[in-house]
Amino acid sequence: MSDTITNILLVGVGGQGILLASEILSEAFMQAGFDVKKSEIHGMSQRGGSVVSHVRFGREVHSPIVPEGEGDILFGFEILETYRSLPLLKKGGTVVANDLCIQPPSVLLGQEAYPDNLAGKIAALFPDFLLVDGQKMAAEAGNVRAANTVLLGAVSKRLDIADECWMKALEKMVPPRALQVNLAAFQRGRSL
Amino acid sequence: MKEILSGNEAIARGAFEAGVKVASAYPGTPSTEILENIVNYKEIDSSWAPNEKVALEVAIGASFGGGRSIACMKHVGVNVAADPLFTFSYTGVGGGFVLVVADDPEMHSSQNEQDSRNYARFAKVPMLEPADSQECKDFTRLAFELSEQFDTPVMLRSCTRISHGKSIVALAEPVTGLPTPKLVKNPTKLVMLPGNAKIRHPFVEERLVKLAEHGTTASFNRMEMRDTEVGIITAGVSYQYVREVLPTASVLKLGMVYPLPMALIREFAAKVKTLYVVEELDPFIEEQVKAAGIAVIGKEIISRCGELTPGRLRKAFGLPDGTQTTVEKLPGRPPNMCPGCPHRGVFYSLNQLKAYVTGDIGCYTLGFMPPLNAMDTCVCMGASISTASGIVRVLDPEEKKKVVAVIGDSTFLHTGVNSLMEMAYNQSPATVVILDNRITAMTGRQDNPASGWTLSDGQTNAVDLVQLCTALGIRHIQVVDPLDLDQTRKALQEEMNRPEPSVIITNRPCVLVKREGVFQKGLVLSVDQDHCTGCKACLKLGCPAIEWQPAPDGKKGKAFIDPLLCTGCDVCRQLCKFNAIGRAQ
Repeated sequence: MSDTITNILLVGVGGQGILLASEILSEAFMQAGFDVKKSEIHGMSQRGGSVVSHVRFGREVHSPIVPEGEGDILFGFEILETYRSLPLLKKGGTVVANDLCIQPPSVLLGQEAYPDNLAGKIAALFPDFLLVDGQKMAAEAGNVRAANTVLLGAVSKRLDIADECWMKALEKMVPPRALQVNLAAFQRGRSL
Repeated sequence: MKEILSGNEAIARGAFEAGVKVASAYPGTPSTEILENIVNYKEIDSSWAPNEKVALEVAIGASFGGGRSIACMKHVGVNVAADPLFTFSYTGVGGGFVLVVADDPEMHSSQNEQDSRNYARFAKVPMLEPADSQECKDFTRLAFELSEQFDTPVMLRSCTRISHGKSIVALAEPVTGLPTPKLVKNPTKLVMLPGNAKIRHPFVEERLVKLAEHGTTASFNRMEMRDTEVGIITAGVSYQYVREVLPTASVLKLGMVYPLPMALIREFAAKVKTLYVVEELDPFIEEQVKAAGIAVIGKEIISRCGELTPGRLRKAFGLPDGTQTTVEKLPGRPPNMCPGCPHRGVFYSLNQLKAYVTGDIGCYTLGFMPPLNAMDTCVCMGASISTASGIVRVLDPEEKKKVVAVIGDSTFLHTGVNSLMEMAYNQSPATVVILDNRITAMTGRQDNPASGWTLSDGQTNAVDLVQLCTALGIRHIQVVDPLDLDQTRKALQEEMNRPEPSVIITNRPCVLVKREGVFQKGLVLSVDQDHCTGCKACLKLGCPAIEWQPAPDGKKGKAFIDPLLCTGCDVCRQLCKFNAIGRAQ
């Protein structure tokens, strides 16, 4: 095992299920035999505010947060939050993002505009960019609520972790009644 | 057996492994999940207390009875619990006792970023500081051993990045063979009258000397010798940033941050060319090292404000911070009250009535945010009522009428009751609104003495707020439905104009309460696009479910209600003068 550490950032809006997705990632990395650390903020930062979760794995991980500018993969649940977090990524890093806009308060109030063409701006800065219609693909898999799992599948494809580790992590972290749909959503994401 | 645990989960596991009998806490980010995980160990008697002082005293009682006990709180909670803490230091323990305090550098969810290590020195008790989840568990166990060995309360300090960070933990079996708790009379040790306390104080001072000696050889303080050009003294999460950013530096990693093992520090200093202390917030270690006559660099390069990050540490050591990409300025995304939150209409009304609002700690502090803009002060738990009582004493009669204190049910029972007692006792003519949403919402829906349920999900007595306020001497109490804007506004106007203390209690539960039958969703609302004139009156509520949809070509935009977010609270419908908002069929 090399000394390289892989840094993943999960970003979006409080209430989107970011913490669960980061738990599944962490569990899969532990199943694969890596040291893992993860960090995020609860409390006042939720309630619809911006959320950033850091997940790091490798032979030995020290800092629980990803050093600025060293993110390998940015896993975005919402497009504005994905764009906002680009400075955390290293040059040439990978972006996998859900094609979803959630308006922040100032936009809801009509005081500011939601920035346009964010996907284009992300692609210009980070060519390794996959934009996923998570809701649509999740609906095809059986439940629109499994959008995060579609994205997780797409992210998993970009990590060198054995299939069985992902399966074990999903089985452990997803409630039994939702497992079938989530496994289907995960496989759809993995095909991207 | 290995598991990925958060620091808070690991502290809970440590308490279980240490054979803890009693656990008490008041919720506060980032400490809340400690007790929420301890309750899963059925061997431990776990309960919420109305505030941190009471939590600590419950744990002190259990310790005096001979059982191991733990109290958990956020940093500002120790301010509330400081009174018993300082004298408990004198009495010492029966069964081992640990006070867990979770600091919040960067103030992710707090009103200040005070450094709790100062409490350890102030109260003359040892403090351990774990650097990851494994140490959270191991140090919790260790803290109980130290507590009994040295007859002292022990503090365990976490911070947001440790409490809410996850890492891999190897679990162990719980200890066995702890003595059975029983009553043992020992009044000269436990009754802190001056005569007895004078005997205990020298014991406390000697205890600190012995603990510092113990720390010189104990494995929780360790030297990691690498390149000797740079030597760094550090502890807690800062240790992880040092290892990340300066992998070749020699490190003295302290597991016990008070009292300091000065002999060990001297030995380390002699081995390295330049000595640094890397610590968040106050120069706590640095000042003591400097006072011992050892040359060291600390706050000359590292800020006293905020938390450390790898990038900030890099900058401190003259390295680039790593960021390579910049993005355009973007609309911010601050937190907001939930769609359907029963507080929203109250703050809307307070704004309309141009009230001067003394606020308090909870979700409702978000009433400060635009467009509600209905909070003028917020200091600490319970302060809304007492600051209102004080502010009216300097105002002329017309201005007095504008002063309204707002406080949640949990915060009222935490430290607001004494404040209201003062207001009634001294007849301060301000209005108090108790936003009773049946839960401690901000920290994630914890039960409290007014909710009727315990931490272990058992039904219990529920405090009757009307009777409580009556007993305190409040003669004018109105209970209102905060989702009825006319009723809310009328009650506020009446009580604001009354030159006497008065209380308004709102009676709608938090939309996040999951217990069956407490919160009930209404019929989802929608905007009739033909009737909407684009007046934006509904937008003044700042409800996340109501969206402004601009129209192209200079035409007027219209409001839109997101049916997935709307809870049918009906407040926006009451604001629409054009009857454009209605219940969807």
